[in-house]
Amino acid sequence: MSRRRTLAVARKEFLHILRDPRSLAMALAIPVLLLLLFGVALTLDVDRIPTLIYDADGSPQSRELIARFDGSRFFEVTGHTRRYGEIEPRIDAGRALLAVVIPPDFSSDLLAGRRPRLQLLVDGSDSNTASIALNYAVALLAQYELDVRAEAQNRRVGRILRPPVEARLRVWYNSELKSKNYVVPGLIAVILMIIAALLASLTIAREWETGTMEQLLATPLRPAEIIIGKMLAYFSIGVADTVTAILVGVFVFAVPFRGSAVAAGAACILFLTGALFWGILISAVARSQLLAYQIGMITSFLPAFLLSGFVFAIETMPRPIQLVTYLVPARYFITILKGVFLKGVGLGILAGDFALLAAYAALVFLVATRKLRQKVA
Amino acid sequence: MIRTKLLTRRFGPLTAVDRLDLEVSEGEIFGLVGPDGAGKTTTLRMLAGLIDPTEGEAIVAGFDVARHSEKVRDRIGYMAQRFGLYGDLTVEENMRFYADLFGTPAEEAARLMPELLRMTRMGPFRGRLARALSGGMKQKLALMCALLNRPSLLLLDEPTSGVDPLSRRDFWAILEELVSSGVTVLLTTAYLDEAERCHRVGLLYRGRLIRCAPPAELKREFVERGLAVRRVGARQPVRPERPSLEDVFIALVQEELGQQP
Repeated sequence: MSRRRTLAVARKEFLHILRDPRSLAMALAIPVLLLLLFGVALTLDVDRIPTLIYDADGSPQSRELIARFDGSRFFEVTGHTRRYGEIEPRIDAGRALLAVVIPPDFSSDLLAGRRPRLQLLVDGSDSNTASIALNYAVALLAQYELDVRAEAQNRRVGRILRPPVEARLRVWYNSELKSKNYVVPGLIAVILMIIAALLASLTIAREWETGTMEQLLATPLRPAEIIIGKMLAYFSIGVADTVTAILVGVFVFAVPFRGSAVAAGAACILFLTGALFWGILISAVARSQLLAYQIGMITSFLPAFLLSGFVFAIETMPRPIQLVTYLVPARYFITILKGVFLKGVGLGILAGDFALLAAYAALVFLVATRKLRQKVA
Repeated sequence: MIRTKLLTRRFGPLTAVDRLDLEVSEGEIFGLVGPDGAGKTTTLRMLAGLIDPTEGEAIVAGFDVARHSEKVRDRIGYMAQRFGLYGDLTVEENMRFYADLFGTPAEEAARLMPELLRMTRMGPFRGRLARALSGGMKQKLALMCALLNRPSLLLLDEPTSGVDPLSRRDFWAILEELVSSGVTVLLTTAYLDEAERCHRVGLLYRGRLIRCAPPAELKREFVERGLAVRRVGARQPVRPERPSLEDVFIALVQEELGQQP
């Protein structure tokens, strides 16, 4: 390894980047754009569920129940109807996700101490949202029932009785259960992976395509020097992207940052290095920019998105798929980022993930060097 | 400077270079001529250590190319057929990059770069982006980059293809100047008028070296053996008294194919 040759490659590569301002602007703007778009759009929170009310009872009791729906942040009463037949077209049109049907004998049953029956109709075409909506509705009704019963009992015995068991819930690390708090760190990983793999995947393929590679190979330049030189040049862009993404996460999305900046920085450096090496490996193998771009997109975006534990929890995946996730570096990176952002844990607990990130970078570097050593023909 | 023995390269079923025995001595301009697909580029790439021979061996600048390609690369200047420099870098940036790759010492590079720019009369264009250069100037730039290695042997793959006649003459003047300072040149060309300027030429056809001699000797053979050639547009083959190298080449290829002219 010659320092002079490696730095010469880095400097030359940096000139390429600077002299192509459009690509440079894209490389710097795309992460922010993606983060803003995904951060806003990709909320996995289910709240303000559009709710349609059919109140056939029209009693103070039914109105009290409706007020509870209206007062909850999970529901938003978007309409009332007087005809049962109107519910279906409204749900079909997507104007309501949930319909609460209060039968005419609701209050009389309630006052007579019989269990009144309610009907909940829910749009199940998005099963995930539907089941969350149902859970919220059932919980709300259970609370209502408890309150009504307690009140009746209190009236009967003339003093205040408390429910026998009361669960006090405390959620750690993401106390509001806001999905953005784990979406944003995950997004940073996905975006870095895309940018790094895409930028780097074009660089060697371009040299093959334009014929500059043949000229390079006729010099004493070694494959490792080409790879590290190119990595250094793109690394600077990657660092700029990382810092922007973290700042946007903390200041725009108000994601808490509880851990050490050193740990976050070290993780970013390791992850970026591995991702860039991965892009360079693709580039060395593909030899055509178009092919490299496509391989880069598929192998960076999909695993980072689907197999990293970002959107889908790894623990709930089928066993074979769980094993595959061990090969996805974003998995370790996201673990580290969530740990640093939300839990505030440090290097000690995350050491294993750090080691695996470093191992990934080293392995990909070795394979890329070997691939590049193969000659022109 | 170059000695090959039964040098062979196959690509699958195709034999691109077939048992080539070639010798180029120091201070020579040697021209490898032949039609497209004759194996010229493959030969040059093997000599530059860019691809390995399938069989046979090649000693270049004192080293076996298959076993010591790094040592060979340290001593040669190679110019690929396709322009292989960076269009978005200036002339000077390209040169500095190659000086770094070759490990040319700083003071040596500081002396060499202006000298090369003067020799090629490229001085006024040192700040121009390479992609804005004319075909001839691009080739001069590529030559300068190859020369930054201070090579004792230059391997040039069709260095003047796509270059106008004036620039071509310029380019040859530079080559001759280099040779007079002790550099050996092996080049390939499809232009037979250009081959006349080489000290010796090797005629390559379908991977095989069918003749290797000074141009004048080849022409003498043509006349002495009474070879005939059918020129373009002519109905009868002719036996010119002062044949061109092209006549010689076509006649020898036809003889190789076992055809009567």
